[in-house]
Amino acid sequence: MRYTRRDVMRTSAGAAAAGAIGSRLLGTSAFAQDAPKYTPEKGAKLRLLRWSPFVQGDENAWLALTKKFTDSTGVEVRVDKESWEDIRPKAAVAANVGSGPDLMFVWFDDPFQYPEKLLDVTDLGDYLGKKYGGWHEGPKSYATKDGKFIGLPLATIGNAIVYRESWVKEAGFSEFPKDTNSFLELCKAVQAKGHPAGFTHGHGVGDGNNYAHWLLWSHGGKMVDENSKVVINSPETLKAIEYAQALYKTFIPGTESWLDVNNNRAFLAGELSVIANGISAYETARINKDNDPKLAEMAKDIRTASLPIGPIGKAVELYQVTSAVIFNYTPYPNAAKAYLQFMFEEPQMSEWIKGSSGYCCQTLKAYDDNPIWKADPNYAPYAKASATLRNNGYAGPLGYASAATMADYVLVDMFAKAVTGRATPQEAMEEAEKRANRYYRV
Amino acid sequence: MAVTTAAAPPRPSFLSRIAESRGLLSFGFMLPTVVLLLVFLTYPLGLGVWLGFTDARIGRPGVFIGLENYEYLWDDSVFWLSVFNTVLYTVSASILKFALGLWLALLLNENLPFKSFFRAVVLLPWVVPTVLSAIAFWWIYDSQFSIISWALKQMGLIDHNINFLGDPQNARASVIAANVWRGIPFVAITLLAGLQTIPQSLYEAATLDGAGRWQLFRYVTLPLLTPIIAITMTFSVLFTFTDFQLIYVLTRGGPVNATHLMATLSFQRGISGGQLGEGAAIAVAMIPFLLGAILLSYFGLQRRRWQQGGGD
Repeated sequence: MRYTRRDVMRTSAGAAAAGAIGSRLLGTSAFAQDAPKYTPEKGAKLRLLRWSPFVQGDENAWLALTKKFTDSTGVEVRVDKESWEDIRPKAAVAANVGSGPDLMFVWFDDPFQYPEKLLDVTDLGDYLGKKYGGWHEGPKSYATKDGKFIGLPLATIGNAIVYRESWVKEAGFSEFPKDTNSFLELCKAVQAKGHPAGFTHGHGVGDGNNYAHWLLWSHGGKMVDENSKVVINSPETLKAIEYAQALYKTFIPGTESWLDVNNNRAFLAGELSVIANGISAYETARINKDNDPKLAEMAKDIRTASLPIGPIGKAVELYQVTSAVIFNYTPYPNAAKAYLQFMFEEPQMSEWIKGSSGYCCQTLKAYDDNPIWKADPNYAPYAKASATLRNNGYAGPLGYASAATMADYVLVDMFAKAVTGRATPQEAMEEAEKRANRYYRV
Repeated sequence: MAVTTAAAPPRPSFLSRIAESRGLLSFGFMLPTVVLLLVFLTYPLGLGVWLGFTDARIGRPGVFIGLENYEYLWDDSVFWLSVFNTVLYTVSASILKFALGLWLALLLNENLPFKSFFRAVVLLPWVVPTVLSAIAFWWIYDSQFSIISWALKQMGLIDHNINFLGDPQNARASVIAANVWRGIPFVAITLLAGLQTIPQSLYEAATLDGAGRWQLFRYVTLPLLTPIIAITMTFSVLFTFTDFQLIYVLTRGGPVNATHLMATLSFQRGISGGQLGEGAAIAVAMIPFLLGAILLSYFGLQRRRWQQGGGD
């Protein structure tokens, strides 16, 4: 039986009502006839290692839903968390030594570093895809290899412009620029008014890579071609670097030392008018834990917008993609699959997306209409993250080389070197080419 | 004089013979240490060296590829930059730590009021977990919120923030300063312990011979302190050369790899980048430097003739 998105939404309303009656019914009643049935092993206990949440609602929702799973199946799930940058080494060690958490939320190309250590979840991936209107291609490509699901695409962490509306207006822009040229003009104007922009040129895993890839891709450059030949040394890259140089001149000083948290910090301290970030920067101001009147005032002035479109004429961005994987050393593969199945089904997934306040963008198309995206106009730019996502290492395949090139900050360093004047654009490109070739092994 | 003959002692039992056998007993006492060293030192070190000769990646054992990893590193400018950074970091930080640590030790060796209190306070930077102190320095060096920049601006000495971690030279100096701050207590307290073992009578004798303050230091304190200095500085150099946390928290090796040390690059390539073999090769490349430091200390600084100011 095939479900349309309307069916799904209708059923989810029913299931939500059922949720009020009893959690035991959830996830097992409405679709029981179609769903693959995973009977948890006797005495199964699961351990999930996830990244620490960026917005608290995400963790609260996930834990509450996990409890529902435990209540209905009796399978105890322990959810541990680690700083998001520590996930990659932890997952790598777990895969390598064959011991550790049963499930993990991993980042980017991680599943491609040890695909044979991961449980094949193709049956689950296919089933969920069919039932929920299909997977968004971008996140799906991070979790599938040779047509098989080696994990389930969990979420895309969107990245968008976060800005102070009053300062942008004060600089003479009634709305936020949609193309790269007018964006440069805006940055010059806000700098002149004493409220500069700031984008990360340092080794910030998320913000540094997002910004560098946006610069490159929006100007038509790419690291490798379809045959994994390194093509970073190109006229398009040169244009991207020249654009980055012009933009850098308008930034607050010191962005080449920034790690992931610096832009949020400076923005929330009122030092910056424009940054690119996940929804967390806005959420911190909106939630305003300490009831700071200054922050409350700032939250009213914060707006978000999609990153400007470059000469290629369409939005393409890296974003952060997270997948849920099950290690094949787990003694409880069925329990782990049952857990993921439960969490991806309606109404659990909807609740989680809602709980994460726009931070986690859905990977299944049926969830595109989640009410959260309309709950606050500032969430809207993050709603399309999964749809406009482009793979790391575009246009080549995902794998060791793409992961290693990003981990080595080849692209981030290329821009940083050129904008700070430590290399000419040509030299920076040549060095990036040489470094990338080490991984793509020419 | 009466002579009494004692009765022949009873023949010892097997167990008591073992208990009395010096060889077997020593072996038994050494066994736990040998096992610990083999399991926790020799095996990981051997495995690391082996991985450096393979193309192992995360999740894949890899095959033997000879010196290929080292050949790649030989042509890698980032690797050579990290070697330069590591040597610069170690040499500068160690010299500063030694000079300041010795100075502090000499001060603390004087009869100060609240001596114990000061000695305890001096240890604080060493006691605080590195990550915590690194986070404190991260704020101190922040490009927007640095307290140093703020204070200097308030005093009217500068008109814009200092780019501590954004400019390569500043970034190197900043991480070295943070390391020195953290490492001084170790050097100071260890040297202080050494200073306290020097007999007071030597100073008195030298004073009677007319030695001044500088001569007391040069001809009494320094020669007797040299063995302790050798040990302390060997450890200090080893800690500094293999530093990781400070850089990882402050800069992740940036800006543009200007503060990447071999240890941080090894982690970045081996774990974050998944290239275990190459990461191991970088770590192995640290061994000759470390061995050099140890050899210099043991065969150089500890030689009596050197200590007494003579040549070879």
